[in-house]
Amino acid sequence: MSDTKREQMEFDVLIVGAGPAGLSAAIRLKQLTPSAQICLIEKASEIGAHIVSGAILEPTALNELIDNWKKKSDVFQTPVHHERMFYLLNDNKSISIPILKSLMPQMNNNGNFVVSLGDLCRWLALEAENLGVEIYPGFAGQEVIIEKNCVKGIITGDMGVNKDGNQESNYVPGVELRAKYTLFAEGCRGSLTKKLFKHYALRSNVDPQTYGLGIKELWEIPPNKHMPGYIQHSFGWPLDDHTYGGSWLYHFGKNLVSFGFVLGLDYKNPWLSPFEEMQRAKKHPVIKKHIIGGRRIGFSARALSEGGLQSIPKLTFPGGLLIGDAAGFLNVPKIKGTHTAMKSGMLAAETIAEALITQEIEPISYCLRIRYSWIWHELHQVRNIRPAFAKFGTKAATLYAGFDSMVRGKVPWTLHNRLEDYEKLKAASLCDKPLYKKPDDQLTFDKTSSIFLSNIDHRDTQPVHLKLRNSLIWKTVNWNVFKAPETRYCPAGVYEVLMDNNEPKLQINSQNCIHCKSCDIKDPTQNIDWETPEGGSGPNYSSGM
Amino acid sequence: MKILVPVKRVVDSNIKPLIKTDHSGVEISGIKMSMNPFDENAIEEAVQLKEQGKVDEIVAISIGEPKSQDTLRTALAMGADKAILVSTEHTLESLAVAKVLEYFVIKEKPNLVLMGKQASDDDMNATGQILAARLGWPQGTFVSKLELYSNYVEIIREIDDGQETLKLPLPAIVTTDLRLNEPRYASLPNIMKARKKPVETFVLAELGVDITPRLYIQRLDESSPIREGVIVNSVEELIDKLQNEAKVI
Amino acid sequence: MAALVLLSYEQGNTLRSTSLSTITAALQLEKEVDVLLVGETLNERLDQAIHLNGVRRVLAAKDPSFAHMQAESVANLMASLASDYEFILAPANAEGKNILPRLAGLLDVQPISEVTKIIDKSTFVRPIYAGSLLATVCSKDKKKLLSIRGIAFTPIKTIGGNAEIKEVTLPSPLPENQKSIFLNLKLSQSNRPELEAAKIIISGGRGMQSSDNFTLLEKIADLLNAAIGASRAAVDSGFVSNDFQVGQTGKIVAPELYIAVALSGATQHLAGMKDSKIVVAINKDPDAPIFKASDYGIVGDIFEILPRLEEGLKNRI
Repeated sequence: MSDTKREQMEFDVLIVGAGPAGLSAAIRLKQLTPSAQICLIEKASEIGAHIVSGAILEPTALNELIDNWKKKSDVFQTPVHHERMFYLLNDNKSISIPILKSLMPQMNNNGNFVVSLGDLCRWLALEAENLGVEIYPGFAGQEVIIEKNCVKGIITGDMGVNKDGNQESNYVPGVELRAKYTLFAEGCRGSLTKKLFKHYALRSNVDPQTYGLGIKELWEIPPNKHMPGYIQHSFGWPLDDHTYGGSWLYHFGKNLVSFGFVLGLDYKNPWLSPFEEMQRAKKHPVIKKHIIGGRRIGFSARALSEGGLQSIPKLTFPGGLLIGDAAGFLNVPKIKGTHTAMKSGMLAAETIAEALITQEIEPISYCLRIRYSWIWHELHQVRNIRPAFAKFGTKAATLYAGFDSMVRGKVPWTLHNRLEDYEKLKAASLCDKPLYKKPDDQLTFDKTSSIFLSNIDHRDTQPVHLKLRNSLIWKTVNWNVFKAPETRYCPAGVYEVLMDNNEPKLQINSQNCIHCKSCDIKDPTQNIDWETPEGGSGPNYSSGM
Repeated sequence: MKILVPVKRVVDSNIKPLIKTDHSGVEISGIKMSMNPFDENAIEEAVQLKEQGKVDEIVAISIGEPKSQDTLRTALAMGADKAILVSTEHTLESLAVAKVLEYFVIKEKPNLVLMGKQASDDDMNATGQILAARLGWPQGTFVSKLELYSNYVEIIREIDDGQETLKLPLPAIVTTDLRLNEPRYASLPNIMKARKKPVETFVLAELGVDITPRLYIQRLDESSPIREGVIVNSVEELIDKLQNEAKVI
Repeated sequence: MAALVLLSYEQGNTLRSTSLSTITAALQLEKEVDVLLVGETLNERLDQAIHLNGVRRVLAAKDPSFAHMQAESVANLMASLASDYEFILAPANAEGKNILPRLAGLLDVQPISEVTKIIDKSTFVRPIYAGSLLATVCSKDKKKLLSIRGIAFTPIKTIGGNAEIKEVTLPSPLPENQKSIFLNLKLSQSNRPELEAAKIIISGGRGMQSSDNFTLLEKIADLLNAAIGASRAAVDSGFVSNDFQVGQTGKIVAPELYIAVALSGATQHLAGMKDSKIVVAINKDPDAPIFKASDYGIVGDIFEILPRLEEGLKNRI
């Protein structure tokens, strides 16, 4: 950041991030205090362009937020009507797992909808704007303004800076957006949220956050194969018993299929490539038959928080609070976080509406509101399931999960996760290399043709937003010990190793970045820092994603 | 001195256009739309001329669905003073666009129409020239440099063999090349201010301009990069093939 | 009815090969093809034009106002000739694209730019969205105005024809305030053509390994009067500056010959060069996607192949 004199703008409430949490907070705030000046900024070039999710929407929060929502938008045209779950034994065989609705309530999708979460956000943004919320996509929060230990707002990123950090002819300095309260809704592993964690020590006394990486493809299939409302999940192959993850496949909308794969970023084998696992999963007959003959029209990826209850940080600090997946309200066994994100945003709004009157500095009552809401209840019930997979492996944990679910989490113990995901990699020499086959360009693809469908735009000459703190550490740790795992876990091909006279060198193709945040999470020594690039940069996911 | 800048809302040039399954057109619902990049150059140039004190008013105009207002807001945020939205559900061809623009040129009486040389969606590269012909105005196309004087504009055009310098008596039409300038970012404060600037709206159907389409799209196809890929065994063989088979060297 | 083709010349009296391709396109539409030759002086050009293969008539319009092919006067002249023709064509170069739409404005016709294929007398194919899509369009206009993309049509022969010359009566000149005034022309200084205008491009990728190795490409480019291009990976690696980048986010090019050296052929790159007439790939990896997008390929070490190519071209030239 340079010392440029910045323009300042004042609001009552500033919201950073236009996902379901931020937008729900904005809407609820305007419902409660119509006169409040609310500003919402979003780093994507437009609302929805960075949103990635399956997605199955459980409309609990939406019911509480907007009357008659079903009739107000065509986002909800696909109710779930048929659901299957498969345990994949190998690349060909599978076992269908019955979904016991009464015994495993969190797995039951009756009454839910298959949606494009991006489209849901686009619609919520219209609702918010109609209420008078000022929404500005294309602006990234770069710094938090903290004065006298109180958050006073954020500074947006400068624009028109070149690779060497010099100002170009069209340079525009970032602006100070100041507010009485700032709500951070950046989603999983937000870059400002990360700074707040550190400054206010919000993560002390809680388990480390653990993450998953979701990689998604959007397919358009022939109408005669399309079964809107059919959804399926799989686990098992191609992952081994010690790696957490599985696939989803949802038919929805107009001949669309959402296929995706989530893989726990606590995986141990540095040779593993989440992207390749996702590609080969498509070859299994239970998946292949749905998409073969169709055309792939979208590709996206995003990390998600899987730590659950045990990993939820302190949620408030002077001048603001955390909502949505920035805090980590995802319900892992449900594989859903939209409803909890929305609810947290609404609870935050209710807190802030009060605080605007009482003028309390730290909106502390938000924590209690969360504590006594159904978010807490839900997350408490499922708190042991994800940690069980980390502890016992997939097969044993599945049995445990069945038991735990039947008693709805009413067990006297809580399983803990003590390690950060990045601490879990084993040395490359101790692990087997999976054999990933070449793509066939029909069902399976390589990274470059995939990210081509993400419509990425990073102005060529802007500074690299992925910072390698110490290149020496990269050589001695990432290369010597783990053989450059970033070249494999990055689903977008950002990281490449070039041999320069037999000397390995890390090449960072930051223009390929689709903002999934895996590198910020998984780098073994936390040597890679993901910062927001110039506002409006990144993928441009279209409608349906 | 008044400048009219037509701007078009197009599929963002970073988006890979997706053909509808029946090949009838490009899927544009829910796709990111932006201002045609060439039009950004036109707005930028107009704003720079205003900053130099050579222009009093910049009017941006867009023809299209109501959402084109977003594009006009961008133009206003970049520095246009006023915007005109000509609202229509139809997709207009360059000839029809030129006729609508002609209507507003007569109404607004600009000294200069500064516009993109082409739109990044249909790449037709014709509207400016057609408009110039209809108005009987001189034209300067593919312009990479421009100097405005009180009764003429001096331009440099990018042509096949180099650069041509022309002088156009005003009023005139100038179409922009990407090399003309580096468009500015619409800053957050300016975007906020732009929301308060006037946008005058007209309904195209009420103007009495003939917009009958002359073309129709029979189908769209992907342009495939796949080729035969004959592997030759030696440099000599390659040179021979390029010389005698492909005849390109 | 017949077709009329506007001829386009380089500086001096060399007819552009795109003009020859445009005549080919015209001959696909009509048996009777006339060409229009305009200029300040015509003698040498006329001598060549009458031999153009397949041309019926050369319309000759000589006037000082045509010296620099300014759109206002040329379009005006063409409008006065238009009644005899169902098709009026021009090459899709800076000249044709400047003049033809102006003529369309005078005739109330929707012009069709950058035609790459003629399906029938009213159906044409043209690239849209920077070449990523091909549109097949039908025209309902009685008169069709087409600009023709040169590399899409084989040029006609410049010999064997026997056209008659017809001098054209000029329309009354335009008033001074309705036309541009020519001041000067600055020819491109660089010996090397610009990327977008070059007939031959030789591009290097990451496999070039260093900035210095691009001199290997420069030597060949000098021999072929080619422009130098690069993949994004090569630009990101700092081998060359951004201006050289060919691809979705760089320059979109369509030369007659595109030589891709040590570049893998990422989708983003292919999007910027796939309209090239002939593509040659040189790469040590036989599985590199660029081979699937090329007409000819050589598998091998570029540090052996490039010097041999340079040598071979020298001997040939």
